[in-house]
Amino acid sequence: MAVSISTLEVGQEIGSTTVDITRQDLVRYAGASGDLNPIHWNQAFAEGVGLPGVIAHGMFTMGSVVQLVTDWAGDPAAVVDYQTRFTKPVLVEDTTAEPGRPGAVVEVTGVVGAIDAERSTARIDLTVTFNGQKVLVKAQAVVKLP
Amino acid sequence: MTIDPDLQGRSYPAGETYSVGREAIRDFARAVKATHPAHYDVEAAAALGHRDLVAPPTFAIIVAQRADAQLIADPSAGIDFTRVVHADQRFVHHRPILAGDQLVAELHVDQVRAMGGGAMITTRAEISTVDGEPTATTTSSLLVRGEDQ
Repeated sequence: MAVSISTLEVGQEIGSTTVDITRQDLVRYAGASGDLNPIHWNQAFAEGVGLPGVIAHGMFTMGSVVQLVTDWAGDPAAVVDYQTRFTKPVLVEDTTAEPGRPGAVVEVTGVVGAIDAERSTARIDLTVTFNGQKVLVKAQAVVKLP
Repeated sequence: MTIDPDLQGRSYPAGETYSVGREAIRDFARAVKATHPAHYDVEAAAALGHRDLVAPPTFAIIVAQRADAQLIADPSAGIDFTRVVHADQRFVHHRPILAGDQLVAELHVDQVRAMGGGAMITTRAEISTVDGEPTATTTSSLLVRGEDQ
Protein backbone atom coordinates (compact mmCIF):
# COMPACT_ATOMS: atom_id res chain seq x y z
CA MET A 1 0.00 0.00 0.00
CA ALA A 2 1.07 3.50 -0.70
CA VAL A 3 0.13 5.08 2.63
CA SER A 4 1.18 4.33 6.20
CA ILE A 5 -0.76 5.47 9.26
CA SER A 6 2.40 6.72 10.99
CA THR A 7 3.04 9.39 8.37
CA LEU A 8 -0.45 10.95 8.52
CA GLU A 9 -1.48 14.15 10.24
CA VAL A 10 -4.96 15.43 10.99
CA GLY A 11 -5.82 18.21 8.56
CA GLN A 12 -3.59 16.82 5.82
CA GLU A 13 -5.16 16.89 2.37
CA ILE A 14 -5.09 13.54 0.55
CA GLY A 15 -5.96 15.06 -2.82
CA SER A 16 -8.79 16.35 -4.93
CA THR A 17 -10.45 15.40 -8.17
CA THR A 18 -13.51 16.03 -10.32
CA VAL A 19 -16.16 13.62 -11.58
CA ASP A 20 -17.73 14.40 -14.96
CA ILE A 21 -21.28 13.09 -15.25
CA THR A 22 -23.43 12.57 -18.34
CA ARG A 23 -26.96 11.22 -18.73
CA GLN A 24 -25.36 8.07 -20.14
CA ASP A 25 -23.44 7.61 -16.88
CA LEU A 26 -26.74 7.66 -15.00
CA VAL A 27 -28.25 5.04 -17.30
CA ARG A 28 -25.17 2.88 -16.77
CA TYR A 29 -25.42 3.30 -12.99
CA ALA A 30 -29.14 2.52 -13.07
CA GLY A 31 -28.41 -0.74 -14.89
CA ALA A 32 -25.45 -1.76 -12.73
CA SER A 33 -27.13 -0.96 -9.42
CA GLY A 34 -30.69 -2.00 -10.22
CA ASP A 35 -32.00 1.45 -9.17
CA LEU A 36 -34.28 2.19 -12.11
CA ASN A 37 -36.11 5.20 -10.66
CA PRO A 38 -37.00 7.33 -13.76
CA ILE A 39 -36.03 10.60 -12.00
CA HIS A 40 -32.47 9.58 -12.91
CA TRP A 41 -33.03 9.21 -16.66
CA ASN A 42 -36.37 10.67 -17.78
CA GLN A 43 -36.74 14.46 -18.01
CA ALA A 44 -40.55 14.49 -18.18
CA PHE A 45 -40.88 12.14 -15.22
CA ALA A 46 -38.40 14.17 -13.13
CA GLU A 47 -40.25 17.40 -13.89
CA GLY A 48 -43.54 15.68 -13.14
CA VAL A 49 -42.47 15.02 -9.54
CA GLY A 50 -41.33 18.63 -9.08
CA LEU A 51 -37.62 18.34 -9.84
CA PRO A 52 -35.93 20.90 -12.13
CA GLY A 53 -34.68 18.01 -14.29
CA VAL A 54 -32.90 14.66 -14.22
CA ILE A 55 -30.75 14.23 -11.12
CA ALA A 56 -27.89 11.85 -10.37
CA HIS A 57 -28.51 8.93 -8.01
CA GLY A 58 -27.21 9.97 -4.58
CA MET A 59 -25.54 6.57 -4.57
CA PHE A 60 -23.80 7.37 -7.88
CA THR A 61 -22.24 10.46 -6.32
CA MET A 62 -21.37 8.62 -3.11
CA GLY A 63 -19.92 5.70 -5.06
CA SER A 64 -17.85 7.75 -7.48
CA VAL A 65 -16.26 10.27 -5.11
CA VAL A 66 -14.87 7.59 -2.79
CA GLN A 67 -12.46 6.56 -5.52
CA LEU A 68 -10.28 9.44 -4.34
CA VAL A 69 -9.90 7.54 -1.06
CA THR A 70 -9.44 4.03 -2.47
CA ASP A 71 -6.79 5.16 -4.94
CA TRP A 72 -4.95 7.06 -2.22
CA ALA A 73 -5.13 4.11 0.20
CA GLY A 74 -3.97 1.71 -2.54
CA ASP A 75 -6.63 -0.95 -1.88
CA PRO A 76 -10.43 -0.60 -2.21
CA ALA A 77 -10.79 -3.07 0.68
CA ALA A 78 -9.15 -0.52 2.99
CA VAL A 79 -12.46 1.36 3.27
CA VAL A 80 -14.09 -0.25 6.33
CA ASP A 81 -16.77 2.39 7.00
CA TYR A 82 -18.26 4.96 4.64
CA GLN A 83 -21.21 7.23 5.24
CA THR A 84 -22.87 10.38 4.00
CA ARG A 85 -26.00 12.46 4.07
CA PHE A 86 -27.54 13.54 0.79
CA THR A 87 -28.46 17.21 0.99
CA LYS A 88 -28.77 18.65 -2.50
CA PRO A 89 -29.44 16.98 -5.85
CA VAL A 90 -26.87 16.98 -8.67
CA LEU A 91 -28.77 18.16 -11.72
CA VAL A 92 -27.40 16.54 -14.89
CA GLU A 93 -27.95 18.46 -18.11
CA ASP A 94 -28.74 16.54 -21.30
CA THR A 95 -25.55 16.88 -23.38
CA THR A 96 -26.22 13.83 -25.54
CA ALA A 97 -25.87 15.91 -28.72
CA GLU A 98 -22.44 17.20 -27.65
CA PRO A 99 -20.22 14.16 -27.07
CA GLY A 100 -17.45 14.87 -24.59
CA ARG A 101 -19.27 17.66 -22.77
CA PRO A 102 -20.33 16.64 -19.26
CA GLY A 103 -23.86 17.34 -18.05
CA ALA A 104 -22.54 18.05 -14.55
CA VAL A 105 -19.18 18.26 -12.81
CA VAL A 106 -18.79 17.28 -9.16
CA GLU A 107 -15.71 18.40 -7.24
CA VAL A 108 -14.25 16.40 -4.39
CA THR A 109 -11.50 17.06 -1.85
CA GLY A 110 -10.36 14.72 0.92
CA VAL A 111 -8.78 15.70 4.25
CA VAL A 112 -7.60 13.52 7.13
CA GLY A 113 -10.24 14.21 9.79
CA ALA A 114 -9.12 11.86 12.56
CA ILE A 115 -6.52 9.18 13.25
CA ASP A 116 -6.99 6.15 15.51
CA ALA A 117 -3.48 4.76 15.99
CA GLU A 118 -4.69 1.85 18.14
CA ARG A 119 -7.03 0.52 15.44
CA SER A 120 -4.73 1.74 12.68
CA THR A 121 -7.53 3.65 10.98
CA ALA A 122 -7.85 7.15 9.57
CA ARG A 123 -11.09 9.01 8.90
CA ILE A 124 -11.08 10.87 5.60
CA ASP A 125 -13.56 13.73 5.38
CA LEU A 126 -14.75 14.43 1.85
CA THR A 127 -15.99 17.79 0.68
CA VAL A 128 -18.22 17.21 -2.34
CA THR A 129 -19.63 20.16 -4.26
CA PHE A 130 -21.62 20.82 -7.40
CA ASN A 131 -21.92 24.37 -8.74
CA GLY A 132 -20.24 25.59 -5.55
CA GLN A 133 -22.79 23.96 -3.24
CA LYS A 134 -22.24 20.96 -0.97
CA VAL A 135 -24.22 17.98 -2.23
CA LEU A 136 -22.97 15.48 0.37
CA VAL A 137 -22.69 16.34 4.05
CA LYS A 138 -20.70 14.41 6.66
CA ALA A 139 -19.18 12.32 3.87
CA GLN A 140 -16.66 10.28 5.85
CA ALA A 141 -14.65 7.23 4.89
CA VAL A 142 -12.72 5.29 7.51
CA VAL A 143 -9.73 3.46 6.05
CA LYS A 144 -7.63 0.76 7.66
CA LEU A 145 -3.97 1.34 6.92
CA PRO A 146 -0.77 -0.56 7.64
CA MET B 1 -51.10 6.25 2.15
CA THR B 2 -49.92 6.57 5.71
CA ILE B 3 -46.89 4.98 7.29
CA ASP B 4 -47.70 2.25 9.78
CA PRO B 5 -46.42 3.59 13.15
CA ASP B 6 -45.77 0.02 14.30
CA LEU B 7 -43.22 -0.41 11.52
CA GLN B 8 -40.37 0.39 13.91
CA GLY B 9 -38.77 -2.81 15.17
CA ARG B 10 -40.08 -4.92 12.31
CA SER B 11 -37.65 -7.34 10.60
CA TYR B 12 -37.71 -9.10 7.28
CA PRO B 13 -35.84 -12.41 7.03
CA ALA B 14 -33.15 -12.97 4.42
CA GLY B 15 -34.65 -13.32 0.96
CA GLU B 16 -33.01 -14.68 -2.16
CA THR B 17 -29.27 -15.27 -2.17
CA TYR B 18 -27.23 -12.69 -4.09
CA SER B 19 -24.36 -14.34 -5.91
CA VAL B 20 -21.48 -11.85 -6.38
CA GLY B 21 -20.11 -12.30 -9.89
CA ARG B 22 -16.90 -10.91 -11.38
CA GLU B 23 -18.76 -9.21 -14.21
CA ALA B 24 -21.18 -7.61 -11.73
CA ILE B 25 -18.20 -6.16 -9.84
CA ARG B 26 -16.62 -4.93 -13.07
CA ASP B 27 -19.91 -3.43 -14.28
CA PHE B 28 -20.57 -1.71 -10.96
CA ALA B 29 -16.97 -0.41 -10.79
CA ARG B 30 -17.29 1.03 -14.31
CA ALA B 31 -20.65 2.55 -13.34
CA VAL B 32 -19.11 4.47 -10.42
CA LYS B 33 -16.04 5.31 -12.53
CA ALA B 34 -13.72 3.34 -10.27
CA THR B 35 -10.49 2.44 -12.03
CA HIS B 36 -8.59 0.53 -9.32
CA PRO B 37 -7.25 -2.71 -10.89
CA ALA B 38 -8.43 -4.81 -7.90
CA HIS B 39 -12.00 -4.40 -9.26
CA TYR B 40 -11.09 -5.73 -12.70
CA ASP B 41 -8.04 -7.97 -12.59
CA VAL B 42 -7.94 -11.12 -10.42
CA GLU B 43 -4.12 -11.03 -10.28
CA ALA B 44 -4.11 -7.41 -9.11
CA ALA B 45 -6.59 -8.35 -6.39
CA ALA B 46 -4.46 -11.37 -5.44
CA ALA B 47 -1.37 -9.15 -5.18
CA LEU B 48 -3.21 -7.26 -2.42
CA GLY B 49 -4.06 -10.53 -0.66
CA HIS B 50 -7.64 -10.99 -1.90
CA ARG B 51 -8.86 -14.34 -3.20
CA ASP B 52 -10.88 -12.70 -6.01
CA LEU B 53 -12.03 -9.34 -7.38
CA VAL B 54 -12.82 -6.72 -4.71
CA ALA B 55 -16.18 -4.96 -4.87
CA PRO B 56 -16.20 -1.14 -4.66
CA PRO B 57 -17.04 0.29 -1.19
CA THR B 58 -20.69 0.99 -2.12
CA PHE B 59 -21.39 -2.27 -3.99
CA ALA B 60 -23.40 -3.59 -1.03
CA ILE B 61 -26.15 -1.10 -1.95
CA ILE B 62 -27.34 -3.64 -4.54
CA VAL B 63 -27.99 -6.19 -1.81
CA ALA B 64 -29.30 -3.57 0.65
CA GLN B 65 -31.78 -2.06 -1.83
CA ARG B 66 -33.12 -5.52 -2.68
CA ALA B 67 -33.76 -5.98 1.04
CA ASP B 68 -35.36 -2.50 1.26
CA ALA B 69 -37.60 -3.46 -1.66
CA GLN B 70 -39.22 -6.10 0.56
CA LEU B 71 -40.29 -3.36 2.97
CA ILE B 72 -41.37 -0.90 0.26
CA ALA B 73 -43.38 -3.63 -1.48
CA ASP B 74 -45.07 -4.68 1.77
CA PRO B 75 -48.57 -3.15 1.51
CA SER B 76 -48.95 -3.20 5.30
CA ALA B 77 -45.97 -0.79 5.65
CA GLY B 78 -47.85 1.95 3.76
CA ILE B 79 -44.85 3.36 1.87
CA ASP B 80 -45.50 5.16 -1.44
CA PHE B 81 -42.32 4.42 -3.45
CA THR B 82 -42.78 7.47 -5.68
CA ARG B 83 -42.46 9.74 -2.63
CA VAL B 84 -39.26 8.20 -1.26
CA VAL B 85 -36.07 10.30 -1.10
CA HIS B 86 -32.73 8.81 -0.01
CA ALA B 87 -31.60 10.92 2.98
CA ASP B 88 -28.47 9.18 4.22
CA GLN B 89 -26.45 6.02 3.80
CA ARG B 90 -23.74 4.17 5.68
CA PHE B 91 -21.70 1.05 4.94
CA VAL B 92 -19.75 -0.77 7.62
CA HIS B 93 -17.63 -3.54 6.13
CA HIS B 94 -16.79 -6.46 8.39
CA ARG B 95 -14.72 -7.82 5.56
CA PRO B 96 -14.47 -6.86 1.87
CA ILE B 97 -17.09 -8.22 -0.54
CA LEU B 98 -15.36 -10.43 -3.10
CA ALA B 99 -16.41 -12.16 -6.29
CA GLY B 100 -17.71 -15.62 -5.44
CA ASP B 101 -19.48 -14.52 -2.26
CA GLN B 102 -23.02 -15.82 -1.73
CA LEU B 103 -24.77 -13.08 0.24
CA VAL B 104 -28.05 -12.77 2.09
CA ALA B 105 -29.48 -9.73 3.87
CA GLU B 106 -31.75 -9.53 6.88
CA LEU B 107 -33.60 -6.22 7.06
CA HIS B 108 -34.45 -4.35 10.25
CA VAL B 109 -36.57 -1.22 10.58
CA ASP B 110 -34.61 0.61 13.27
CA GLN B 111 -36.52 3.87 13.46
CA VAL B 112 -39.66 5.58 12.16
CA ARG B 113 -40.04 9.29 12.87
CA ALA B 114 -42.91 11.49 11.75
CA MET B 115 -41.62 14.40 9.61
CA GLY B 116 -44.25 16.93 8.66
CA GLY B 117 -46.89 14.95 6.80
CA GLY B 118 -44.42 12.19 6.00
CA ALA B 119 -41.88 10.06 7.81
CA MET B 120 -38.17 9.29 8.05
CA ILE B 121 -37.56 5.54 8.05
CA THR B 122 -34.17 4.14 9.02
CA THR B 123 -33.45 0.60 7.88
CA ARG B 124 -30.47 -1.63 8.54
CA ALA B 125 -29.46 -4.56 6.37
CA GLU B 126 -27.25 -7.17 8.01
CA ILE B 127 -25.44 -8.75 5.11
CA SER B 128 -23.70 -12.07 5.61
CA THR B 129 -22.61 -15.04 3.57
CA VAL B 130 -25.01 -17.98 3.35
CA ASP B 131 -22.62 -19.70 5.80
CA GLY B 132 -23.31 -16.97 8.36
CA GLU B 133 -20.09 -14.94 8.11
CA PRO B 134 -20.94 -11.24 8.75
CA THR B 135 -19.91 -9.23 5.69
CA ALA B 136 -21.43 -5.74 5.89
CA THR B 137 -23.96 -3.69 7.80
CA THR B 138 -25.68 -1.01 5.76
CA THR B 139 -27.91 1.70 7.19
CA SER B 140 -30.24 3.82 5.05
CA SER B 141 -32.60 6.61 5.93
CA LEU B 142 -35.49 7.07 3.55
CA LEU B 143 -37.61 10.19 3.70
CA VAL B 144 -41.17 9.47 2.62
CA ARG B 145 -42.65 12.83 1.69
CA GLY B 146 -46.18 13.58 2.86
CA GLU B 147 -49.02 14.20 0.40
CA ASP B 148 -48.61 18.00 0.59
CA GLN B 149 -44.77 18.05 0.35
